[in-house]
Amino acid sequence: MTTTPIRPQSASPTTVPDSLGRFGQFGGKYVPETLMPALAELEAAFWKYRDDADFQAELNGLLKDYVGRPSPLYFAERLTQHYAKPDGTGAQIYLKREDLNHTGAHKINNAIAQAILAKRMGKKRIIAETGAGQHGVATATACARFGLECIIYMGVHDMERQALNVFRMRLMGAEVRGVSAGTGTLKDATSQAIRDWVTNVETTHYILGSVAGPHPYPMMVRDFHAIIGTETRQQCQDLWGGLPDILMACVGGGSNAMGLFHEFIPEPSVRLIGVEAAGFGTDTDKHAATLTKGRVGVLHGAMSYLIQDEDGQVIEPHSISAGLDYPGVGPEHSYMHDNGRAEYYSVTDDEALDAFQQVSRLEGIIPALETAHAFAYLDYLCPTVEGSPKLVINCSGRGDKDVQTVAKVLGDKLG
Amino acid sequence: MTSVSERFAQLRDREECALIPFITAGDPSLKATGAALKALDQNGADFIELGVPYADPLADGPTIQAAATRSLTRGTKLDDVLKLVSEVSPDISAPIILFTYYNPILNRGVETFLKDIKTAGAAGLVVPDLPLEEADSLLKPAAEIGIEVTLLIAPTSPVERMEAIAEQSQGFIYLVSVTGVTGMRTQMQTRVGDVLKQVREVTDKPVGIGFGISGPEQAKQVKGWGADGAIVGSACVKLLADGDEAEAVKNLGAFCKSLKAVLTA
Repeated sequence: MTTTPIRPQSASPTTVPDSLGRFGQFGGKYVPETLMPALAELEAAFWKYRDDADFQAELNGLLKDYVGRPSPLYFAERLTQHYAKPDGTGAQIYLKREDLNHTGAHKINNAIAQAILAKRMGKKRIIAETGAGQHGVATATACARFGLECIIYMGVHDMERQALNVFRMRLMGAEVRGVSAGTGTLKDATSQAIRDWVTNVETTHYILGSVAGPHPYPMMVRDFHAIIGTETRQQCQDLWGGLPDILMACVGGGSNAMGLFHEFIPEPSVRLIGVEAAGFGTDTDKHAATLTKGRVGVLHGAMSYLIQDEDGQVIEPHSISAGLDYPGVGPEHSYMHDNGRAEYYSVTDDEALDAFQQVSRLEGIIPALETAHAFAYLDYLCPTVEGSPKLVINCSGRGDKDVQTVAKVLGDKLG
Repeated sequence: MTSVSERFAQLRDREECALIPFITAGDPSLKATGAALKALDQNGADFIELGVPYADPLADGPTIQAAATRSLTRGTKLDDVLKLVSEVSPDISAPIILFTYYNPILNRGVETFLKDIKTAGAAGLVVPDLPLEEADSLLKPAAEIGIEVTLLIAPTSPVERMEAIAEQSQGFIYLVSVTGVTGMRTQMQTRVGDVLKQVREVTDKPVGIGFGISGPEQAKQVKGWGADGAIVGSACVKLLADGDEAEAVKNLGAFCKSLKAVLTA
C-alpha cells in the first residue's frame, strides 16, 4: 500500500475523465480519507488489467459462454408499425437485447468484470448495493461463479418490492442486508455499502453497480459496459452498413445508457437520448429526474447533478422503478447534459406502466420497469422524427422481477 | 476569538492533551445544543466540534447518523446552526470547529459559507468527505477568510500521503483511529500508536485522534500514545440524546469533566 501514488496515473489527455476523475466540473473523489488509497489501488489495477491479454481473455470468454454475448440487435417490427406515420415513414425501432443476458439485465457485464478484477487484486470479500436487485443478482452470480464472499446492501423498501430478486441472491449464497435508514431505497443502500467499505477496505472490494460514485468507478463501470455500444456499432454495420441515428436508454445512475452511448460519443450524427424517471411528475416533489430538476451537488463520492433542497440536503426521490429511484446521476451524464452532447427527458410512473404493457403486448417482451421508461419516451419522440431514422433502444433488462409490482398497481385491470 | 492553532500552542506549552468533544447541532434540540456547548466549555473542553446535521453522513456510524436524522426531522437548517453559534460563541472560550459534509458547503457557495461561519464565530472546519485532492477549492478561500480547515489522516494513508495532508492541514491534524465510521468501540486499534509515530515523523503540527473513543479509558490510551488531542463524538451524542434534556446536559458536563481529568493527569 505504501507504494500507492498520491496522484493517480494519468488518463489520455484528450478523453474524459482526467487524471483526477473529472468530467469537466463533475466527478472527482469526495470520500473519507480511509478510502483514498483503495481507490488509487483500484485505479492502478484497472489500468493494469484493462489491456492485459490474460484478463481480457478470461473476461471475453465468460461474456461469451456464461453471459451469452453478443446480445442480439432485434428489429421491433410491431412497435415500429405502431409508431409509423400515415405515409409509412417513422422511426425504425431496434432493441439491443441486454435483457437476454444471463441474470436478465446489462448489470452482469460490469459485475463479472469487477469480480475478475477483485480476484486478481486478492480481495475475497465482495460488497455491493442494489436498488431493483438486478445489480445485486449480477454480483451474487459473479461471486458464486468465483467463490467469493458476497454481501449485498438493499433498502428494506426495495427488498419488499423486489422480493424475487432477494430470494435469487440468497439462493446463490449472498447475504442480503436490509438498510432501513432514509426511505430504505438505493441511496441508503449505497451509503451503507460505502460505510462497510470504509470499515473493511483492506479485505474487501466494492462492486459499485453504476457509472456513479468516486473515480475510478464512473470510468471503469462505463468501460466494462462499453461492449454494449461496440457490439451495436458492428450489428448496425452488418444490418444496414451504417451508424444508428438515435440511441435511447433509461437513466437512473446511468450505466446502461453510458454503455450504449460511449462508443458513439465521437459520432456527431448520432443523437443520444437519456430518459429519467419523473415519478408522479416533475412538478411534484415525488420524482427521480435528477438532470431535469436537480442542481449541482456531491453525493456518494462524486460531483454531479443532485436532487436536493434549498439547504443542500439530499431529497428522497421517488420512482415506481427501484433501479431509477436514485437522487443522483453518473457524472459523465451531467457532463454530457451541460455540453449538449446528450439530451435528457423524463417520463412518469404512469407513462412507464403504459409502455411496460404496450411492449409486452406488441413484442412479447416484458421489459424491466426501468427499461419501460425508455420505451415510454417513444410517444414523445416518434411524432417529431423526420423520415425513417434508425433508432436503437437499450432493452436493458427483463421485467419478470417487476410483475408483482405492476400487478399490484394495475389491480383489477389485469383481472 | 482564539484560533485553533493558537489554542493548541497554549496547550502544548502546558503539556496538556486537548479534549475535543463532538455534538450534533439540533439533537435533542437547538436549545439543548446551546446549553451543551456551554456545559462542555465549563467542564474542560478545549475545543468543541459541532456537527451540522446532514441527510447522507457517509463517514458516520449509527449513533451520529441517528442524531442527524432526528435533528433534520425536527427541521434544523444550516441558518439555525449558525444562529446558535453566533449566540453562544461569545460566551465560551473553547474554539468551535464545525464538522460538516461538503454538499451543504457547496450548496451555499464555498466563500459565502466560510464568511457566514466566520461571522457566526466558528474557528475551524472539518469536512470528512473532502480528501486532499478535492480540498483546494476550500483551503484557499478559508485561509483568506480566517477559518482553519483541518484535514484527516486514516490508518490506511500511505506515508507520502500523510506528509502531503499534514502540510495542507490547518489548526491540527485529525487522525482517524480506525478503518471505519464514527462510533464507540470497546477497544482502540493498537496500531493507532504506530500510525501516530509515522505522522510525527512527517509533521510538527498537533495531532488529534478521533473515531471510536468511548470513555476515559480510551482517552487515557490516546494521551499515552502522545497525541495532542482526543476527539470524543458518539459517546457525547448518545449521552445528550438520553432522557430529560436538562439532566442530559448535566450528565454530558460530568462526562466531559471525567475525560479532561484523565487527559490532564
